[in-house]
Amino acid sequence: MVVPTQPIEKVSIIISRGSLDGIYPGLIMANGARAEGIEANLFFTFFGLEAITKKRIEHIKVSTVGNPGMHMATVVGALPGMSALATHMMEKQMAKLDIPTIPEFIEMISDTGAGIYGCLLAADMFVLTKDDCIDEVQDIITVGDFYNIAAGGQILFT
Amino acid sequence: MTTKTVDGVAVEVNDEGFFEKPEQWTEAMVPVLCKEEGIDEVTDDHMKVIRFVRNEYETKGTGPTVRALGKTSGVSVKELYQLFPKGPAKIAARVAGIPKPKGCV
Repeated sequence: MVVPTQPIEKVSIIISRGSLDGIYPGLIMANGARAEGIEANLFFTFFGLEAITKKRIEHIKVSTVGNPGMHMATVVGALPGMSALATHMMEKQMAKLDIPTIPEFIEMISDTGAGIYGCLLAADMFVLTKDDCIDEVQDIITVGDFYNIAAGGQILFT
Repeated sequence: MTTKTVDGVAVEVNDEGFFEKPEQWTEAMVPVLCKEEGIDEVTDDHMKVIRFVRNEYETKGTGPTVRALGKTSGVSVKELYQLFPKGPAKIAARVAGIPKPKGCV
C-alpha cells in the first residue's frame, strides 16, 4: 500500500438519514477514523437525528421501500412487518460479524474521543432538545458551529 | 520495506512502520518503539495492552481491533485512547511488533 505524503488528520461526518442503512456507514467511517488516530466529529441532521434521540435509537429499521438493494418489489417492501423482518435479519448477520448495535456503537465512538453533535434546525423541526438526546451528544449546534468545528478537516455527507 | 535499528538490533519494517518479521521483536524494544510514537513513559497499563495484542497475534494470527481490545483486554475504550491517543489497536500493534490489525470495526 502506498502511504500518501499528506495523511488525513481530521474528518467531520454528517449523517442525514434515519434508516439503519443510512446510519451505519457514517458510524463505521467515524469509528474507523479514530482507529487510525484521525480526529473525528459526527453531526446528525434531519432524520439522522433518530440515531441520537433516546426514544428512537432502539427502533432504527432498514428501509425496504425504494431500496433496490433489497431485491424485492416495492409493493412487497411496503407490506406490514417487512421492514422489521429485514431489520431483524440484518441485525442477526451484523451480530455474527461482531458489528455493535447503534446505541453501543455510538457509545464506543464517543469513548474514542469523537465529537457527537445534533443539528439545531432539524431538532427544532422535530421539536427535540438536548434532553431528548442520548448522553453522548455534546451539543445541539447550528450549521455555522458545525463548520467551525469541522475547520481544517474533510467533510463527508452520508 | 526498510530496515531500521531498534535497541541495537536491525529489524525489517513496512512502509507504515509495522514489523515485517514479528519474530525480530523483543519486549526490550518497547520503550524505544513507544518513544517513536510520542509515548515517553511506558506504564504498566501500556505493557498490559501491548502484551495482550502480542498474545492475540501469536494465538490468532492477527492483532485485535479497538472494539475487540475494549471487549477483551480488560482496558476500556476510553482508557485505551488515553494510553494510545493516535489509535490504540494500530499503535499497540506497531510497538508490539505485529502487523496492522485487519477489520473495519
